[in-house]
Amino acid sequence: MTHSMKTLAVAGSLAAALSAHFATPASAQSKEKCFGVALAGQNDCAAGPGTTCAGTSKVDYQGNSWKLVPAGTCTTMELPGGRMGSLEALDRDLPQG
Amino acid sequence: MRQAEFRDALLDPDLPVPAGLTDPQGHPAGRRFDVYRNNVSVSLAEALCSAFPVVRALVGEDFFAAMAAVYVRSHPPGSPLLMFYGQQMADFLSTFEPVAHLGYLPDVARLELALHHSYHAADRPAVASETLACLAPGQLMESRLQLAPAVFLIRSQWPVHSIWMANARGGPPPRAEAQDVLVTRPQFDPEPELLPKGAGRFIARLIAGHTTGAALEDDLSFDLTATLGLLIRSGAITQIIPGEPK
Repeated sequence: MTHSMKTLAVAGSLAAALSAHFATPASAQSKEKCFGVALAGQNDCAAGPGTTCAGTSKVDYQGNSWKLVPAGTCTTMELPGGRMGSLEALDRDLPQG
Repeated sequence: MRQAEFRDALLDPDLPVPAGLTDPQGHPAGRRFDVYRNNVSVSLAEALCSAFPVVRALVGEDFFAAMAAVYVRSHPPGSPLLMFYGQQMADFLSTFEPVAHLGYLPDVARLELALHHSYHAADRPAVASETLACLAPGQLMESRLQLAPAVFLIRSQWPVHSIWMANARGGPPPRAEAQDVLVTRPQFDPEPELLPKGAGRFIARLIAGHTTGAALEDDLSFDLTATLGLLIRSGAITQIIPGEPK
């Protein structure tokens, strides 16, 4: 592809992207900044996790149970073509590289 | 008692309470220390819960809690900013043997971390779309597009966007495919956007500082219109830096 053809193709893409953008009604600025209302753990002051007494009854918070089998939604996912609903099955369809 | 001894015991409940701790009345304060070190672990684990809700949904609450306890012990905070705790979660997951069969899990963690960083990233006004419209055809090719600090690219061999959508927003079950995701922040909330197939490399090269033309190389096989549309719509382009004139 020549440089000028590429330039024209890119300019065409930009024009198309912009016309689609301008055709969309400008979304109103429906939000405003509000300080002092961050969710727990999303602020960096002392009000996040750690200031409560959560879990103080479990003095020994052992992690030995990590041999539990992960039992989440990953195994309920369905794949097309009659594949079984396990993401482990994804291994066989992945593009290489 | 040394500080190192105190710190080690703080993260490992199997270690004995450091000797010499007393309460204000001079009594041994072993139980107080137990409560304190439990609070440290629990609060860090809670921070992980709020940072990685989809990873948590994927492995289950009980498993995540147990795994978080292992992470907390091996990765004490490197920064006082609790909001950024969990930086090494993706690497941890890729080496944590009990989840070795969930190959997509590290990429899901990367996406969640990117959403987190995007949320806290600095504001930067987007280039007006009129400015883009006024570019001469060759100008865009020769210019570098600077992207907002809140923009993050996640490239994955897994359907990481679909997995996130299915778990965070009740989207349809993921299909087996590789997906690249661009995290943008149109206003104040980060949004993971699925990139058109093949656009990930282009965006990566833009971020690396190449001009649009150089970032494209000769690859026009992906949907450039949709990709530029996404960048414009999400306010991701913050500056157009003219390249050297030829």
